[in-house]
Formats: sequence, C-alpha cells, structure tokens
Amino acid sequence: MKNRKQKRLLSLLAMCISAVLLIGCHGSKGLAEFQIPEEFDTSRDYEITFWAKNDTNKTQTAIYEQAIADFEKVYPNIQVNMRLYTNYGDIYNDVITNISTGTTPNVCITYPDHIATYLTGANVVVPLDNLFANEKYGLGGSEILFDGVTQDEVIGQFLEECAIDGQHYAIPFMRSTEACYVNKTYVEALGYTLPETLTWDFVWEVSEAAMAMDGDGNYVVNGQNILIPFIYKSTDNMMIQMLKQKDAGYSTDAGDILLFNDTTKELLYTIAEHGKSKAFSTFKISSYPANFLNAGQCIFAVDSTAGATWMGSDAPLIDISEDKVVQFETEVMMVPQFDTENPRMISQGPSICVFNKADSQEVLASWLFAQYLLTNDVQIAYSGTEGYIPVTSKAQNAEEYVDYLSRSGEDNTEHYEVKIQASRLMLDNIDHTFVTPVFNGSASLRDAAGQLIETTVKSVRRGESVDEAYMEKLYGDVTSLYRLDQGSAATAGKADLGPLPETAKILLTVLAVVWILILAYVIREAVRKRKRVG
Amino acid sequence: MKKYLAVMLTVAMTFALAGCGASGESAEDEKSEGVMTYAEYVAADLDMEVVVETYVQAKQSWWDDKATVYTQDKDGAYFLYDMACSEEDYEKLTPGTKIKVTGYKAEWSGEVEIIDATFEIEDGSYVAEALDVTDLLGSDDLINHQNEFVSFKDMTVEDSGDGAAFLYSWDGSGSDGDDLYFNVSSNGQTYTFTVESYLCDNTTEVYNTVKNLKVGDTVDMEGFLYWYEGVNPHITSVTVK
Repeated sequence: MKNRKQKRLLSLLAMCISAVLLIGCHGSKGLAEFQIPEEFDTSRDYEITFWAKNDTNKTQTAIYEQAIADFEKVYPNIQVNMRLYTNYGDIYNDVITNISTGTTPNVCITYPDHIATYLTGANVVVPLDNLFANEKYGLGGSEILFDGVTQDEVIGQFLEECAIDGQHYAIPFMRSTEACYVNKTYVEALGYTLPETLTWDFVWEVSEAAMAMDGDGNYVVNGQNILIPFIYKSTDNMMIQMLKQKDAGYSTDAGDILLFNDTTKELLYTIAEHGKSKAFSTFKISSYPANFLNAGQCIFAVDSTAGATWMGSDAPLIDISEDKVVQFETEVMMVPQFDTENPRMISQGPSICVFNKADSQEVLASWLFAQYLLTNDVQIAYSGTEGYIPVTSKAQNAEEYVDYLSRSGEDNTEHYEVKIQASRLMLDNIDHTFVTPVFNGSASLRDAAGQLIETTVKSVRRGESVDEAYMEKLYGDVTSLYRLDQGSAATAGKADLGPLPETAKILLTVLAVVWILILAYVIREAVRKRKRVG
Repeated sequence: MKKYLAVMLTVAMTFALAGCGASGESAEDEKSEGVMTYAEYVAADLDMEVVVETYVQAKQSWWDDKATVYTQDKDGAYFLYDMACSEEDYEKLTPGTKIKVTGYKAEWSGEVEIIDATFEIEDGSYVAEALDVTDLLGSDDLINHQNEFVSFKDMTVEDSGDGAAFLYSWDGSGSDGDDLYFNVSSNGQTYTFTVESYLCDNTTEVYNTVKNLKVGDTVDMEGFLYWYEGVNPHITSVTVK
C-alpha cells in the first residue's frame, strides 16, 4: 500500500534550504578539500553510513542488505550502516539538516539536482574525477578487492548526468525513464489502433472519445461511473518533456530560466481543455495512475518505468482490492511525442554521492562501497526489481542479464512482462533520453514546471476561465512561489552573502600584510644578491 | 439575607457554568451565515468551493506553511489536506479548536477531503467521543463515518506476513520511524490498519504498542477513519487486552 507522503515532500523549497546552507557556511570553518590517500589503511576499522532509497519495495531492501553483507566480507574492516528511506524528498531534507551539523552520511542515494544544492556548502560532497582516475582505488583500480567496473564500462551518458560544471559529483546507480502504460483493450474497443509511437494528438483524441456515457451515467468504454482516460504521475516531467520535444525553452545550462514562454502557454491551454472535460488528471489531483489503470478506470497511465511492477491486470504489486481489478491487455509505450521521428524522453533514476569527512581514509572506504554498488551482482539484482536498467555495459551485456530479459512473461513476478518491457523501452531508447541542466535551484524550477500544470488543471475543474489574464497571473504566482524571481535560480548559490565577518576581515588583512612582508623580503634579498654579484 | 445571597450566587454560578459547558460542547453547533452544514458539504460536488465550521481533533503535519488536520463537528468529519497555515497558527490548532475553513472539496484515492484551504480560528470548542464502528466494518455504512474519530473493539491481531504482527511500511520495506501497517480481524474479516508516522511518530505510545503486538492479541483501538482505496484507519491508540 502506497501513500501520499511524497506529495508533501516534493514541495520542499530548495531556495530556503540553500539559505540555511549559506548561513551554515558562515558559521563554520568547513572541511578541507578531500585528498586521496596514497594507501588505504586496512589496519583500521571504519564505520560508514549509507542512506538508501527504496521504492517501498521489500526486494530492493533485501538487495541493499545483501550488497552490504557481501561488501563487508571483502572489506571486513569496513562496517556499513544503512538507513532506509522511501522517497528522495526525505533524504534531501535530512542531508540538508545534517550538512549544517557536520553529520552527513558517508554514501547517499540522491539526484544530481539535489547535489547541486548540497554543493552550496564548501567541500561537502567529494568531487569524484580524481577518484575515478586513481590507479589504485579508482574505477578498475589495481587495489580494488572486488570485480569492479572501469570508467569505460559505466554508460557514458549516465555518467555525464552526474556532472555539475564539468566535475562529477556522483556515479549513476540505476536509470529509468517514463512509460505510457496503455489499456490496449479499451483503445481498440473505442475503434482506434495504437500507433507505433504515441502522439499527444492521439492520446488527447482517444481520451476525449472515451468520455462518452450511456443513459445510466456510466462510461460506455468501461461500464463504470469512474473514468479518467489519461493520468500523468509526474507533471514536472510532463512539462519538461513536452518542452524538449517542441525544442522550446526550459532553462539554460547556466541556470537562466526560460520556462515561462509562449510554448508553455500553448501547452497549458491544451492541457486545460482536457482537464476541463476531465479526460485528463494528475497523481496529485486524483491518485496513482496504476490504481485507476488496474481498475479499468484509466486508458493512458504515465508513470516511471521504475513503477512497472504496479501496472497491469497481473501486476505483482497492487494497491486496490482484487475484486476491483479488471482484465485487459497492457501495452508499454514511449511517452507521447510531438515528433515521432525524433522522440525525446527523460532519463531519471538514482545516483550515488560520497560526502566529505575530516578523515580521508574514511572517505576512501566510502568510495570503495559506492563503487561496489556498480558491480554486476548489485546492478543486475536491483534493476530486476523494477523497470530499471543497469548503468554499466558490463551488467547490461552480462549473460545473466541478457537471460533475464529474454524470459519476459515467463511468470508474473521476477519476469513480469510489463516490467521487462519497461526496461527494454529504456534500453532501446538511451539515445533518445535527455536530462535537464543541473544547477543550484534546478530542483525548484522542476517543481515550478509541474505546478503550472497542476494549478491549471485544478482551475478548470473549478470552473475558472483560463485565458491570457489567467496565464499572466499563473506565471507570476508560480515564479513567486518557487522564488524564481530572486535573480536566476542559478545565482542562488552565488548570492551576495553580505559584508564579510570581522574575523574574516582580520584574517585577510593579516594575509595581505604577510604577503607584503614576504615580497619585501624577496626584493631585498634580490637587491643584496645583485650587489654581491656586482 | 446572607443565606439568600449565597443561594442566589450558587444558582447563578451553576447556570453560568452550565452555559460555558454548552458553549464549550457546542450543543447546538449552529453554523454561521454562509457556512455549510455537514449534509450540505456531503452533497456538494467535487471541486466545488466549500465553507465549513469544524473543530480540530488532531494534527498530522505541518510543512512549508501547510497543515494537514483531522477535524470534526457534531455531524461528521472533514479532513483538511495541506491547508495554508503558518507555523505560529499551527501551534494554536489544539484539539477542540473551532475553525472556519474555506477550500475545495476533493477526493484522493477514495479519501474525501478539503484542499487548497484557508482558515480562521473562531470561538468554541468540541472534542468528539470515539464512535464504535466495529460492527460497521465491511458494511456500506462505514464510509458515512469517513474521517471521524472512531473506535474498534475486541479485534484480533493477524499475521502481517512471515508471522510478523506489523510491518514497517506496507510491505516491510521500511524501517523504524516509517508508517506501521498491521492486520486485525473481526467476524472473520481481516483489515489493514495504519499508524501514520506523521500523526503518531515512533516516540508515541501507540507506535511502540504496535511494535510490541503479537499475532493473536486481542485489542481495542481508536483512530481516524481515513480512506485509501478502501478503509485504512489511522490508529492513535491501541490497548492490548
């Protein structure tokens, strides 16, 4: 049974959090930059904390536990203590709180958007490029005691998603995209044939056609009095992907905000039209797309491929009572597109970052564990829990993984067809995936993109008019709500910190005086030398 | 004369106290102008603006200037989800506090609630007694008490999976501090109840009582009749018999 907690936590205001970090930075000396030790000191014992996220999925918890046990066998002097979360918002929140007290975890599952906020504090997150390349302990390093991966074996595109301003601050852990889980039975009952690639026009048209009712107040297509033909789980992704497909603005790499443009407005007008007819709704407004899909009350359910085990009549995970489940054929399709020749879909999924500590040996121990999560055992096992895909070519090409994919539909548990189709969708379209620029404030911008849709749909359901005046107000309200008007979001991390503290002023003055004295000494010595030579 | 005055004073005080009681208990629970009765609220369509006067029974959470609150008047309950609320005002929302709420009626996974609401505190107080709905479990009437403060008597703790009397998170994937899920039965039917960790965190008595339950225990419980794809009470107290 799922719940709605993530709804609340996704509304975190990153800008407030940045402010907390900035205040924290003023008051503390911070950590020194991490330096890779020459050797890993195996004579010492280490205790590291790992904050992990599971999709309220017991198997994932068991895989983490197994990975820790296996790692501790290889490195008996490293003890890994895991703390489990069921949503990224909680992790983000707790990391922020713990940065200010210097009690961050050692290793953490996270999103690059969140790391961008963590980086507001100095030397909080360990930059990984030097570690990647380290001959002994880097990716494929000579002193690694397990069958690790080389940098070339990490899918380049996924690795690049972990870079901020050209520096890697994370390694990918799992990747997913969004899929449209379609009730093919109902589409055909409405007289339509699914195209090879879904288009927005097709989805809107079928959704409106499905709203036809009989004389008893039931929808003709399902014979029930409840139907929301099209439900989108993550409306931030919806807006982001629509804009990308239209080649319209969202943000620049530098963090300039382009979201509030005319294309966005056009999209919102279309969404409003279908929100008004109630052919379209969202997770936040109605509930999980899977619940409606499985009850025969939804035709197009868009959710992460990492939610595939909840989708379909035979889904291994189900949140509605058995008597409500309706039998239908599920088709796993790419999210709707504007240009079927050039499809675009979001790349998402958890990454792993390593937090800096005063003890560089402890950081190295943390890095070894982070690397261990890229081994085939972990990658293949975890990706099989949902419609994730491994992030290494080594795992993707492993016989075990190829065999797993080939057994799609053999059972409704490990080889549940919808789940494996969802993984295949991502595997077949890696080149069509994209990510949005990461900067301090990008998490807020993402929330704002979704909020535009949520607010518009709520408004039309409540009988409000959506026109130019409405749009102007909406843009203003959302800009203000997510504080996107306080300079660009990107500059939040570079905000004016106010006058320097007195201690800093004194330190800088002393440093300047010392440099002047050193310079004077050097000049005097040079003059003396010249005189002696002369 | 003194005796007469004393008697008069006593009578007057008695009436005054009775008056306080009546006000405190909101015997009539009359609605202000422009405010819906519970029946009118029930009859209102989803997405319609609603204005209700109700009384705080418990608070679930406050975050980012939004509060989630369980409220109830004498006729029925109103779940207020993410209501606009400053942290300062949240502190004022103690059990019994009367509030006038303006928001929109919505439904999320079967849970009927008021969203996008604002509120103002009014004079008056009412704390609901728990209504025993044990016999209504499994009946169509149960939903008529959605979100009310209710009690369940003499239910039996059942296996939640692998012999456990409860699970952290719905499938056991969570850890201490997460919601607790446990199965209880009555009249041969089993139901899943929840200790909602925002409402009752792992420092509360109910959270720790549930952690110590054993399959086969007989329990009395109180809580709010929350809904998620069917009845899913948010339990606030458990007494092992």
